Amino acid sequence: MLPVRKHAPTPQKSAATEARLNAQALPDGPAWLRDIREAAVARVRDRGLPDRRDEYWKFTRPETLVQAEAPKAAVFAGGDQSVFANVDALKIVFVDGVFDAEASDELALDGLRIERLAELNGTDIHWAKDLYGVLEERGQWPVDRPLAALNTGFASDGVVIHVTGRVSKPVHIVYEHQSDSSDAMLHHLVKLDAGADVTLLETGPGAARFNSVMEVDVADKAGFHHVRVQGRDHERRSNTHVFARLGTESTFKSFTMTANGVLTRNEAVLELTGDDAVAHVAGAAMGDGDFHHDDTVFITHDAENCESRQVFKKVLRNGATGVFQGKILVKPGAQKTDGYQISQSLLLDEDSQFLAKPELEIYADDVVCSHGSTSGAIDEDALYYLRARGLPKEIATDLLTQAFLAEAVDEIEDEGLREEVVGLLSGWLERRRG
Amino acid sequence: MLEIKNLHVDLEEEDKSILKGVDLTVEAGKVHAIMGPNGSGKSTLSYVLSGRDGYEVTQGSATLDGEDLLELEPEERAAAGLFLAFQYPVEIPGVGNMTFLRTAVNAQRKARGEEEMSAADFLKVVREKAKSLKIDADMLKRPVNVGFSGGEKKRNEILQMAMLEPKMCILDETDSGLDVDAMKLVAEGVNALRDEGRGFLVITHYQRLLDHIKPDVVHIMADGRIVKTGGPELALEVENNGYAGILEEVA
Repeated sequence: MLPVRKHAPTPQKSAATEARLNAQALPDGPAWLRDIREAAVARVRDRGLPDRRDEYWKFTRPETLVQAEAPKAAVFAGGDQSVFANVDALKIVFVDGVFDAEASDELALDGLRIERLAELNGTDIHWAKDLYGVLEERGQWPVDRPLAALNTGFASDGVVIHVTGRVSKPVHIVYEHQSDSSDAMLHHLVKLDAGADVTLLETGPGAARFNSVMEVDVADKAGFHHVRVQGRDHERRSNTHVFARLGTESTFKSFTMTANGVLTRNEAVLELTGDDAVAHVAGAAMGDGDFHHDDTVFITHDAENCESRQVFKKVLRNGATGVFQGKILVKPGAQKTDGYQISQSLLLDEDSQFLAKPELEIYADDVVCSHGSTSGAIDEDALYYLRARGLPKEIATDLLTQAFLAEAVDEIEDEGLREEVVGLLSGWLERRRG
Repeated sequence: MLEIKNLHVDLEEEDKSILKGVDLTVEAGKVHAIMGPNGSGKSTLSYVLSGRDGYEVTQGSATLDGEDLLELEPEERAAAGLFLAFQYPVEIPGVGNMTFLRTAVNAQRKARGEEEMSAADFLKVVREKAKSLKIDADMLKRPVNVGFSGGEKKRNEILQMAMLEPKMCILDETDSGLDVDAMKLVAEGVNALRDEGRGFLVITHYQRLLDHIKPDVVHIMADGRIVKTGGPELALEVENNGYAGILEEVA
């Protein structure tokens, strides 16, 4: 049914790949983890790291994510170090990818167990071996995601969370960026037992170049809620992957807010494997100038009566670029699938661009799938109406901008977190107004 | 209060003249009505006064208490005390009605150098005014005009007017799309705002609205000019004989 890529990387691609692979050594760890890492490196070699000729990288140039040395990125002085500071959470801090024990809370919370990937040393038998690199490897079909395999191979640390119950407060991973040449790779695992429920927050720019992978195994009737705010550092580059597998009647909801960053590529690869599962993934991005933001989503329906939603909104100005590649794949037998996908951009000037590739691929006959993609300017009638009521043009524009982003922000289920994000958005818009 | 002198306006894109020398003065405390057939320029007049894009003033002036309106941005006109109740209020998905109202009230206060209204005070006032217009809490929470019926949209316009307390109110065919009950409700809202310090310009096709909002002066507009001015009896004449008779008489 689906075309499967089978051709060796070009010599140039292999050379670039080898240069990157040789630039670093596999981290220490238990034997089972070492085996997985070596297999992942083999996957990278087999495919080659992405280059500009790859169809999946048609709209986003991967060179700076691939090259051996990370391009420098100045630390942004006006960064939001305090995002979600008012939200009571278990805080885990990484500075340029390095765990900061002092700034972090004690890694203990009712309903879950947290360990660090870097400290799995010596643990020979661990549930993590059934998850680490497993969803990432499944996600390599039908499209290659070699940067995720690279991460499985070389990630220096990450959190490994086993959720056994309904957790009362969120786990908050904070990514600080303090060095202008940091090159960080983190790999997180979240395993939710049947009926368990947790909220995971991720905030901050992470590093000058940041590659993160999260694999989430959501068992039957479990719920995973994810809210992410990628820092305002202007020059940072980040490339993230979230892989999730959903069991029967489980829920997965992920929202990401991005402002600034010369290069961001967020991939979400979700597989609905149990009946009646729900997967929502949403994003709100605001960018200026050399900002480039790419949301790439692949949702596979492989069970009956599941629902998936993709809601992505981008506000672009001064020549900023937004990319959306979103796919819903409905496998044979995945009847009663309800799939929805919308990607929209608000272009505040003629120099900015939005490139969208929405795709549906359906092999079941009793499904409802819809998708839409639009690019538009501020609604002049609405702007006039607001101004006629006394709102200055800039404030009216910002209000309409927030309204445009609202459908994505509304995907955050928790009201408190949603209000925090709305507050962040208006704060950022206000600062931009000066 | 509102003084319009020899106002000539073209459509920017079509190079077409719409207003061809409008002269009109609305005094504080008075209600003036403008009636006229379709295409006579009534709505254009309201748009030009409120600052909508797409029109070019080629001659003449419009001032509010001596201040040149045509030089001001739409928001500055609003802060100066001009209010247009739209014929077709715009739907704004994603912006809550209450947020919109509060932002508007405070933006105008700020522009006039006044103190912003606290959230608590605002809530109290808005609830009271909404109640008299039969606007329920749900309508206040919903996005601006989205999913509102025609009557609800017009009531929402009057609520905005009540909250903003403008000096000069222009009502552009506020009666269009309203049933008798809704029109009464809207008229009551307008009448409640009648005040010695406030002027009204009521644009309408029909006498009907003027039964409820009693005008002091009635103007007939045709082909971009005010062609006849009189008392409330002029509206009755239109109702009985249509515009044809009056237009013949002035031709």
